[in-house]
Amino acid sequence: MAVVDQPAPSAEAPVENVLTASGLTGETLTLRVLKGVPGGEQAEVAYQVPVVSGMVILDAVHYVQHNLDTDLACRWNCKAAKCGSCSAEVNGHPVLMCKTRVDDLPAGPVTVHPLKSFPLIKDLVTDVSRNYEVNRQIPPFTAAPDDGTPWRIPQQDIDRLYEFRKCIECFLCQDVCHILRSHDYSDRFYGPRFFVRVASLEMHPKDVLDRRDQTRDQGGLGYCNITKCCTEVCPEHIHITDNAIIPLKERVADVHWDPVRFVGRKLFGRNGD
Amino acid sequence: MSTQVTKVSPASLASAPHSGPGPIERILNSLPWWALPATVVTVLGLFGLYSVWTAFLTGGINQSGSYLSPFYSPTIWKTGPVSPALWVLGSPLLFRATCYYYRKAYYRSFFWDPPSCAVGELRHRKYRGETAFPLFLNNLHRFLFYLVLIVTGFLWYDVYLAFWAPNGHVQLGLGTGIMLVNVILLSGYTFGCHSWRHLVGGGLDCYSRSQLGQARYRAWRWVTVLNQRHPVWAWCSMFSVVIADVYIHLLRAGILIDPHIIF
Repeated sequence: MAVVDQPAPSAEAPVENVLTASGLTGETLTLRVLKGVPGGEQAEVAYQVPVVSGMVILDAVHYVQHNLDTDLACRWNCKAAKCGSCSAEVNGHPVLMCKTRVDDLPAGPVTVHPLKSFPLIKDLVTDVSRNYEVNRQIPPFTAAPDDGTPWRIPQQDIDRLYEFRKCIECFLCQDVCHILRSHDYSDRFYGPRFFVRVASLEMHPKDVLDRRDQTRDQGGLGYCNITKCCTEVCPEHIHITDNAIIPLKERVADVHWDPVRFVGRKLFGRNGD
Repeated sequence: MSTQVTKVSPASLASAPHSGPGPIERILNSLPWWALPATVVTVLGLFGLYSVWTAFLTGGINQSGSYLSPFYSPTIWKTGPVSPALWVLGSPLLFRATCYYYRKAYYRSFFWDPPSCAVGELRHRKYRGETAFPLFLNNLHRFLFYLVLIVTGFLWYDVYLAFWAPNGHVQLGLGTGIMLVNVILLSGYTFGCHSWRHLVGGGLDCYSRSQLGQARYRAWRWVTVLNQRHPVWAWCSMFSVVIADVYIHLLRAGILIDPHIIF
């Protein structure tokens, strides 16, 4: 294997060419990162980071880790907006750091804080295990016992479920949801990510469980007031509110808020569809 | 076997174009968080005040020739101590009040629950969302949809009547166009409703094995197209109702003369 050293810029080369060749823009970014541990002192620490063309916030954090502060804690994995690990709040907005370009942000210092809705572990790393506890409360996919395989499912029956499968579990929606963020109802409210999961199971043509009452009672669906922040922050552009939460609310309304269907069920014993 | 190699230099990478957010998106992103709630409060507040004025304070039915204001259609009782608009306005206003889009707008703007995403709430009282009275009544949205369907039918009938001049000839006037655009926008808003989307087919799990499954699947997809622009339909139809009403007021007061062609 050949190793090629990056040639050093010649002394005669114009400054602009050196900057362009290395990707440096000549600008410096002031990155203010909230550092600290639970119970200890937490404070924003400012770092000066040279800006590279196409730089994302995760690049800047890596620069800090490698050159300025090796103690800075940050969770990341793929750097391709597919693992959902590097969630943080940049300038107060919940985002993936690997998908947030520096040149898309307004000029001036950039703040990077950990997710507010989850317990802090250290610096930018939070404990998101609460989400997995919620996930365990949702009954898994359940097909009819006599529904033999292989299944042949027409495309139209499965079309709308693809969108829900795009979820990368970055938990930005859980972070931004005011019911979890401001009211701390994590003991009685599933949160947007898990309504997406319930919707994907509830709408599945082969799933036979009726999850509507559980979603209303245990999941706290009624707490959602449809302010759509979850949809706004989703890096996979899942229409969480329109395609998951509102359809679930309508399905709950079928059971509890529709006297016409109630009479239909009593008379004909049908499920109202 | 030949292999094609694409040479990539650091310089070409550095100059790779990045479009980023467009100019409008940049402006919107740079706005403070309170800009949207303040706008919604102002516009909805003005609309509310205008509705009260036109329905109750202008005296009589707002009608000019064959043009009838959408605030007064269908005209149920033409005389009496109470404005005829009272009997009409209830269902469209409640339909909008329970609409999933408007719920987002007023929860954010009027109730500050929350005022904007990732912004702390100013009131930290016990939060009940839509689990308790009166907000759980929003679940009745589908019944208001049924009522609004009837009103929308009458509005289409009004447009049909607007094509007929008082002397019985067909007319094409500016007012006809305004009323037609208004009813198209109102229909786009009404038939893009989330409840309608659910009722027409969204509530099914398995289209291939349901009665009329294919038809309901197709209907669901069409409603979804409208539903994706539900906020746009909501705002545009609200403005078009006001424009139609103002236009008819101006005709009625003799300030404007309706330009039209009679066939």
